[in-house]
Amino acid sequence: MKIFALFASLLTGAILLYGVQDFAPWGDPASPANSHVSSYYIKQTVFETHVPNIVTAVLGDYRGYDTMFETVVIFCAGMAVICVLRRSRH
Amino acid sequence: MNLIRKKAAKRKFGDNQIIRVSVRIMAPFIQLFGLYVIAHGHYSPGGGFQGGVVLGASFILLSLAFDLEKTLKSFSESMNAVMANIGVLIYTGTAILCALVGGLFLDYAALNSILPIGPIEWRSLGIFIVEIGVGFAVMSIMLSLYWDLSSGGDMDKGL
Repeated sequence: MKIFALFASLLTGAILLYGVQDFAPWGDPASPANSHVSSYYIKQTVFETHVPNIVTAVLGDYRGYDTMFETVVIFCAGMAVICVLRRSRH
Repeated sequence: MNLIRKKAAKRKFGDNQIIRVSVRIMAPFIQLFGLYVIAHGHYSPGGGFQGGVVLGASFILLSLAFDLEKTLKSFSESMNAVMANIGVLIYTGTAILCALVGGLFLDYAALNSILPIGPIEWRSLGIFIVEIGVGFAVMSIMLSLYWDLSSGGDMDKGL
């Protein structure tokens, strides 16, 4: 069974590495990520949110869903560990 | 887990006056710095996750230098669970409130109809409220993970 799991993870990793080949080169100024949203955030963040720190504005406002479910994931992880391990009745 | 505890008991990790006194002095300042990181996330690197981790680490440091019971006196188990829930509720509650008052989900500018200080200011303030929620949740979960993993779930002595 362990051999099978190893084989499955190696296969998944190989597929992911194969997919990475189609990515734009590292730091390419013409890649879609650098030519559309990044320049918009850099130009508009201070006017739209009054937050000088672009990272915070993207994290808390533009990408609010992502941060919300990150928090929920952390919460679920903590609750799962409590459910599995905790025995005390303080 | 038992092996680690036996080793720790043999070598008396943390059973040292210097460590205890310095941790007791350092802990309030670390917590103050954690609050600063959360509150100053708008202007410098930082925010809810980082500040919450610093706050949680201050409690972990306390429970490393003393034992778990000492930390449980200042920050009880049920309080910890309540804080984690409140943190997530602040975030999702703000998001749902935005939808209830007529905007989109997570559109902080819609909160302007509750307290008119301007939609752009509300977007800034909304980020801050949400970061506080993230900070609460991350702090409590960090500490609860340490408690459970270090004591094997018994919540007695810890490492």
